Parts: sequence; C-alpha cells; structure tokens
Amino acid sequence: MVSSFSSIFDQNYWNSAKANIYAKTSADVENALKRTVRTLHDFQALISPAAAPYLEEMAQLSNTITAKRFGKTIQMFIPMYLSNECQNICTYCGFSQNIDIPRKTLNDHEILNEVAVIKSLGYDHILLVTGEANQTVGVKYFQNALKLLRPHFSHISLEVQPLDQEDYELLTPFGLNTVLVYQETYNEAEYKTHHPKGKKSNFFYRLETPDRLGKAGVHKIGLGALIGLEDWRTDSFFTALHLDYLEKTYWKSKYSVSFPRLRPCAGGIDLKSNMTDKELVQLICAYRIFNEEVELSLSTRESESFRNNAIKLGITNLSADSKTNPGGYANTEDSLEQFEICDERSGSTMAQVISAQGYEPVWKDWDSVLQ
Amino acid sequence: MELLHIADKTFSSRLFTGTGKFGSNRIMEEALLATGTELVTVALKRVDLDKEDDDILTHLNHAHINLLPNTSGVRTANEAILASQLAREALQTNWIKLEIHPDPKFLLPDPIETLKAAEELVKLGFVVLPYCHADPVLCKRLEEVGTAAVMPLGSPIGSNRGLDMEPMLTIIIQQANVPVVIDAGIGAPSHAAKAMELGADAVLVNTAIAVSEDPTTMGKAFKMAVEAGRMAFEARLGKTSSKAEASSPLTSFLDQ
Repeated sequence: MVSSFSSIFDQNYWNSAKANIYAKTSADVENALKRTVRTLHDFQALISPAAAPYLEEMAQLSNTITAKRFGKTIQMFIPMYLSNECQNICTYCGFSQNIDIPRKTLNDHEILNEVAVIKSLGYDHILLVTGEANQTVGVKYFQNALKLLRPHFSHISLEVQPLDQEDYELLTPFGLNTVLVYQETYNEAEYKTHHPKGKKSNFFYRLETPDRLGKAGVHKIGLGALIGLEDWRTDSFFTALHLDYLEKTYWKSKYSVSFPRLRPCAGGIDLKSNMTDKELVQLICAYRIFNEEVELSLSTRESESFRNNAIKLGITNLSADSKTNPGGYANTEDSLEQFEICDERSGSTMAQVISAQGYEPVWKDWDSVLQ
Repeated sequence: MELLHIADKTFSSRLFTGTGKFGSNRIMEEALLATGTELVTVALKRVDLDKEDDDILTHLNHAHINLLPNTSGVRTANEAILASQLAREALQTNWIKLEIHPDPKFLLPDPIETLKAAEELVKLGFVVLPYCHADPVLCKRLEEVGTAAVMPLGSPIGSNRGLDMEPMLTIIIQQANVPVVIDAGIGAPSHAAKAMELGADAVLVNTAIAVSEDPTTMGKAFKMAVEAGRMAFEARLGKTSSKAEASSPLTSFLDQ
C-alpha cells in the first residue's frame, strides 16, 4: 500500500501527461462519453481540445448525472476572512508578504461582529479563510475561532495554511468539518517560481496535506488547482489523479473540487494559461462525467451570467455575498481584499436565481451533532 | 389491500418516501401528497431544529404523514445513537431510520456499526428501521436485536437500477418475521411493483420521484404501481414456467 500521494505523483510526469491530453482524438472522447464507469484516461479525453465539439453533449450528460446524485439542489455557503497576515510570497495573491497593505487579524469581538452580519444574511455553512502566519494565526487561534463560531453555524470549513495531522486532530473536536487545500499547481518545476518564499514554497508538504487530512479523519477535503498559473488541462488531470487516489485511500472522507480562475489582485501577474468560459464549462462537465459523486464548487470570482448558467451544468455548491477582506462584512469600507469579487449579488438574490431555474437553494445540510 | 403494521402504527399506504433532491419544498409537498405516503423520512442534517417554522417540516405538516427522521451523515454507531436521541427530542417521535454509511461516495451501509447501534437504540426505546445490505443473515440478526422492520437495499442508493439484489431479497422476505421494506435503488414504478409482487411489505422511494421531470405525476405512478404489485401479491401470482410439458410421461407406467 502506498503511504502518500507523492509516490503516485512521482510516477506521473507533467510533460507526458500533457502530451497524452493533447493527443486525445474525437474517438477517445466518444468512447469516454459512452462508458458507464470512467477512468482517468477518459477524463484526459474529456478535458482535451478534442472534446470541444462535444460540449453540449457533455453538458446534457453532466446535468443528468448531477440531478441523479444531488437532485435539483444547490448548497449555499459564505467565506469569512479571519486574517490577511501572511509570510508567504505568492506571485498571484493580494495577501502576499511582499505587498504593502495593512495587515489585520480579527479578534473575538470582531469575529462576532462578522457572525452577526453573516447570520442576518441567512447562511448556515461558513468557510474560514486566512493567509499563513503560524505564530499569530495557528492551531490555538483556529480552536478559539471554531469555539466562537460553532454555536452559530451547522457546517464549518477551513481554507488556511496546511497543518500537521496532529493539528487537524486538535481541530475536529471543535467542530471542523471540511478543509480546502488547493495545490495551486502540480507543475513541480514551476511551483517554486510562483511560491518563492515562505513555508508554502515546500511543494511536497502541500501535496501531502490531503493525506494528513484523510488520516486525521476530516469529513470533507477540497481540492483544486489555480487556473491560469500553468496549463490548466494538465493541472486538472493531476487534480483528478489526486482525487482518485484519495477516494480509494481515505474512503470515509467526502471530496469537493473548486475551479478558481485567477482574477486581478494587488499582486497582478501575467497568466500563462488563459481559460475561456467555454473551457471552464468543459472542465466542470468533465469532472462530473468522470466522478458522479464529487461536489463541485463555484465562487464569486465568476461573473453573474456564468454563475447563473452553471447551476444546471454540474455545480453543487455556490458562495455568495463574499467579502475577501478580514472584517469585510461588519465594516463596509473595501480595502485589503485578496481578490476582486466579480459576482457581488446577495445570497437572497442568488437564491431567487436558483429557484427560478427549478432548483432548491439549500442553506443547511449538516448538523454538529453528527460528528 | 391488507393494512401494514409496524410497531404501534398501521399504514394503508405501502409507499414510503424521502424528502431530498426536490427542486423546492413546495414541489416536494405536492409530489408526496400525490403518492399517498403515510411515512416520510427526513434527514436530521437538513432540518433546522432551532427554527420553529423549518421550511421542510412546514411542508410535511399533514395529519396522515408520519415523520421518520434518519441519521444520514453519521459514520459510527455512537454518532447514530446521539443523532437519534436528538431527533427524538426535537421531532417528538421515537421512530428512527438508522442509516450508517461511513462511505460518502456510494453511501453503502456499514453492517457492523448498524447492528451495534440497532441493539442499543432498541434498548433505549426506539422503533428502529435499519437501512442495510440485502444480506439475509444480517437481516435476521437485526430482527433478533429487536428492530421493527428491516430495510434492505434493492441496488446501490440513487442508482435507479431496480432489484439487482433480487435473489437475496427473496430469501430475506421468505425468512423475515418483521416487515421488509425495500429501501434503495428503485428507479421506476415497475421496480416498485416487482418488489411488492415478491412479497416486500413496503418500498421506500426518493430519487426516482424527486428527480423526474414531473414529480407529482411520478408520485402518482408509484402509488399505483405499489398498489398493483401488492394486490397481485395478495391475489397470488400464477407460477411461471419455461419448462416444456413432457410428451412421453416417465411415471405413467405406474397406473397401468
């Protein structure tokens, strides 16, 4: 038995995976669409340029498969930024250490102010976000935040720096249900150029984070690659490879995949791989056709019209009302944000859009008594 | 049609339903009314117990509808017991649909944890309806610890594949001293009718109704199918035979 994803990662090479994807033909795509149980080879075909002419067929299939598993429902969540302190340099991020912005970490009082606003908006599932500042925003800080938040929310997710297995084990008793950790890119050679400084520059520590989460028994693990850093098709293949390994190894955990497309931020870099809306639809549908059970999440980075139409394409989770600066809900001044929000509509407006399409917006789908 | 008795309750409808996956709670209510169902399972995780006017529960507030809270989401017997106690307190019913599926991908029930939890919950005074594999021995073991029924799966949940487990379900039905409710995989009215013809006491249907283009009409179709299947069972189906009638009898010499 393999002990971590690294050993599987080491057997797959970026360049050959990329070559395989770009060599896929329409016959490969047609075969992938026909099958009832699909493999990673089928996924490669579905994300390849050869699949572009099959987009409508893929969308129809994705819609049907998603309804069968998830029904006509969309789960709603909201992010809450606890801190923008960060010791990493990430070339694409507005919180990067080298960027001169005022740094802020919420105290108890400020957290509860945010809670009051967020609860008034109707949310019951929350995603806590920070940069990486282990001294001030570490396990103790997270335990305290969870303790403050648990009475108010049924489902709490974390998107923070990767931690050790023992750390995660210290957080689950406080109500931590889900952890999102995006690899950003699986291109090991280029990873360092995007993450030149800080703990985050350790590629393999980040790569093995989902293993540590699985071993710690965390209920749900979120994966993703940052679209725009490197070739998105190849990064998506490695994300799917990662997902496939994790599902078989940590079979008691649930999984979700996100599709963060890079947006303008304070750091501002040129994107190597620009993804069109059509390609994002192709990727969403490819994931769904490849894996009928994985949750697919879409943030407010995307436009109103894209999000309206994504409801029927295979997406299962949507955020709304998002503020990406610490304290952004209680304080209306827009500063220090991690990235610019594209869809600024409220959750209640989003819920109307969802209902109008015959779908039910779901605000509560977990209960702290269950863990 | 004979009435169905489970624990302290009597049902004239043998179609149990779920509440997930509908496009809205209003659509759910209309569809469930069309099914004539008298027992509706609700996931504890979906209900907001702090809210007096929880939207799901409000739409299920009909005199003939009994609530059957379920423990979906738990991974162990201990978690299931805690969740059941909360459900009993909040929803004022000691009926519980015991679901323990530690595997969130295929949602297959854990037989070991389910048996452990069932035994404990019966001792705590619950009416336990366990979702379980189509395993005849497991169903007998659940019956022995005092469950009020057994709810074996027809095929993987949400698969719409029908009664893939038919040979095992036949044995379970033949052996059972408690009602047998076929719980998962029923994707078409014909599957439900088949289950009833086999002698199942009831079926539980969710996805096939919720995800159909017209849930209300589909709900009605399931109602009719369950009734037809049950009536056929009670009227006793003729034996089917693919054997040819022998043209030269082998035992006729005995009469000569």
